[in-house]
Amino acid sequence: MKRRKFLKYAGAGIGLIVGGVYLTRHSWRRAIFEMGESAILPYQGDLSPQIWFQITPENQIILHSSKVEMGQGSFTSLAQLAAEELEVEVENIKVIHAETASGNVDGMSTGGSLTIPSLFQPIREMAATTREMLRQKAADKLGVTASAITLSNGVASAGNESLTYGEIVQDVTEWELPETPPLKDAKDFKYIGKPVPRVDLHDKVVGAPMFGIDVEVPDMLHGSVVRPDRVDAKLKSCDSSAAENMPGVIKIVKEDDFVGVIAETHFQAEMARKALKVEWDVNQTWNLADVVAMTKVGQGDAVVIQKEGNTDNVFDDGEADDVITMEFDSPIGAHAQIEPNGATALVKDGKATVWLSTQVPAVTLNEVSARLGMDKENVNVIPKYLGGGFGRRLHTPNAVQAAVMSQAVGRPVKSFFDRKQEFQNDTFRPPTHHVMRGKLDADGNIAAIEHSFSSGDVAFNSAIFPAAARPIIGADVGAIRGGAIQYRGVPNVKATSWHVDLPFATSWWRSLGLLANTFAIESFMDELAIKAERNAVDFRIAHLGEGEASTRMVNVMKACAEKAGYSEEVVNGRGMGFAASVDAGSPCAHVVEVSVEDNEIKVHKVTVGFDCGIAVNPDQVKAQVEGCVIMGMSASMFEKMDLRDNQLFPTIYGPYQMALMRDAPKEIDTVLIQGADFAGPVGEPPLGPIGAAIGNAVRRITGQRLTSLPLKLA
Amino acid sequence: MQISFTINGQAQSVDVDGQTPLLWVIRDLLDLKGTKFGCGKAACGACTIHVDGEAVRSCSYAVKFAGGKDITTIEGLVDNGALHPVQQAWKEEVVPQCGYCQPGFMMATAALLEKIPQPTDEDIDANIVNVCRCGTYYRMRKAIHRAAEIKNTLS
Repeated sequence: MKRRKFLKYAGAGIGLIVGGVYLTRHSWRRAIFEMGESAILPYQGDLSPQIWFQITPENQIILHSSKVEMGQGSFTSLAQLAAEELEVEVENIKVIHAETASGNVDGMSTGGSLTIPSLFQPIREMAATTREMLRQKAADKLGVTASAITLSNGVASAGNESLTYGEIVQDVTEWELPETPPLKDAKDFKYIGKPVPRVDLHDKVVGAPMFGIDVEVPDMLHGSVVRPDRVDAKLKSCDSSAAENMPGVIKIVKEDDFVGVIAETHFQAEMARKALKVEWDVNQTWNLADVVAMTKVGQGDAVVIQKEGNTDNVFDDGEADDVITMEFDSPIGAHAQIEPNGATALVKDGKATVWLSTQVPAVTLNEVSARLGMDKENVNVIPKYLGGGFGRRLHTPNAVQAAVMSQAVGRPVKSFFDRKQEFQNDTFRPPTHHVMRGKLDADGNIAAIEHSFSSGDVAFNSAIFPAAARPIIGADVGAIRGGAIQYRGVPNVKATSWHVDLPFATSWWRSLGLLANTFAIESFMDELAIKAERNAVDFRIAHLGEGEASTRMVNVMKACAEKAGYSEEVVNGRGMGFAASVDAGSPCAHVVEVSVEDNEIKVHKVTVGFDCGIAVNPDQVKAQVEGCVIMGMSASMFEKMDLRDNQLFPTIYGPYQMALMRDAPKEIDTVLIQGADFAGPVGEPPLGPIGAAIGNAVRRITGQRLTSLPLKLA
Repeated sequence: MQISFTINGQAQSVDVDGQTPLLWVIRDLLDLKGTKFGCGKAACGACTIHVDGEAVRSCSYAVKFAGGKDITTIEGLVDNGALHPVQQAWKEEVVPQCGYCQPGFMMATAALLEKIPQPTDEDIDANIVNVCRCGTYYRMRKAIHRAAEIKNTLS
């Protein structure tokens, strides 16, 4: 295929702006806030159909996805979207990860729940364009006009003659790129909106070698790296004399930022690495108490991200006692995805190939080529299925380490962290601190509400967010997710983001600031409802205000409460809690059924109302909801990291307590509502309400308001 | 040292350091990649296999103890091309998300069903203690009950 032309879709950005007045120094800041808060970023890559679709002589269509599959099911949805316009069955489409050398490189990342929102229209346009290109070529080959061609199930026919798509593409060297054809009307969808089984289901059930860690290259060696095992520390010295003589050791590479041991087998590399005598230069002693003291509203840089009316006037007017103030906090959280980070690299003869699980192939490509001093044209990054992502794989220094080690020995090297290193080198969910202030009027309505919160980096200091952007945008767009108050009906509203620079890396963790921010806001809303002696759901709805976003949220809240049979009655130590949040435009509400026995909190059932607009695959949208509920409750009830003398603990599952089968709710009932005519974000928004919903249930059962995550009764 | 065992019905002999965890022998020497590395401390269960019918976490099982044993991995769960009832149930309930931990869960479940053909929710809670980060436990519980049903219909 020779001719290339960009398609019509330029990505004006579908989505909703939450609204509110932003205090900005610069119009950029406003734009970036809106993106971070609610708008859907357009796809940042090549939208040429030739790069996405490959048709084999066997009539199989291979979709080269520049978005990666980390469990969210987007490969299946992409196949559905493509099949819809290509006139083929979903099973005829094989979705694979695009290698960066193929030219299909996404300039952003796979994250932010944006795969389907950003590609919902472009994929269909590319598929429809490809279909018309095939139609025209079939017409030429069969000697008929294009209008005489019928396309069905991957076959073009005219009268008694037919050609498969695979036959059509044979010997074609030049293609005409037509105007983008009109897309199918929603009422004619055959695959979109259907619960098609996951395209990767069989491979994942038989244990196929598909993940980054499964890569096997002939003549491959195994690496193991040493990285600082404590925060704010640099390598001082490394005595490798004992390790060098250990069995299987080929070479030890000493770099400024890591030491790498290369050996014949993984076990030998690990044993030799443990035999290295490493000393660290620690800049300053750090303990958890230091981090908690730093992460406080009122310290660091503040940016007002939302302001309506004047909250100060309301709080200053009348009795000070009428102002309700509550503080909340959340801990350092680990990603704890089961596949550790690592990579396999082959650097030889001026070329490099890197295989790995990554959410940012473009960043991996940049970092590896920069470190090796190679042009990007000579480096190929091949993404593999991810054994969990959750934001952890937006950072891929392991690729550079494997590449440097391979270059040193001229053979392929595979190198992975062990679990302890994985915990020590995580890019954690930052700890947060929140101050909520509010005041009710004489009628029991909210007169003013404020959310001030402090967080470490989420978007700042990540490779996909340049440091230069920080002074322009002011606030961390990841930390503020869910930080604005959605109750637009309240006349006086203010939200302020405080940012702190912590001594260890914190970054994107599924749903970013949403979990902690919603925990604070929605726990506080429940307290206000109790004080106003009103039903928690009705109270919220009364403050949502007008507009499309509010309507969608009202519908979600009502559907969820109704399906759950929401009640504020507590029977035999068992009760319900309600909470809701909106993230990137997708509203979500949870009702949890909780019991408390001997101070143990047990979640029995979660009912979810969720509106992502069009659910391309309703079964997989539900799977994401269930995953968000369980990962969110795990973070809300069990998970926390400690910092003692610069070392992060725990470094193993178990002591880092996470939800297991016995903790997961036995029932998760999801009600999907379609309140918009586009496919909105799915993979993170349903994580928002869970912590607050559980806390609200505990409050109603015990009378105790829990203000810290993880939730523990004293 | 030379160690001989049966794996997925086939006799195998390997020459390795006897301290090497069985996991790495299976993955790297025998190239069976379905058994996963998760933690190396028997804390997550991603590496679960069967040794003489018992669910074992192979990351913490030195290969020297495998001599003469009968080992089954996820690749050996398929019988003459037919999926094991656990795998069938996993497909019916569309359990996997990222899928990385799933072979370990399926192996743990297959071993459980040999001991308790009709596990209750309490049996499941007590015996299936692997870690899944995607949070597929809700579907997994349904799949375990479904697998028991399929298996009991077959036998």
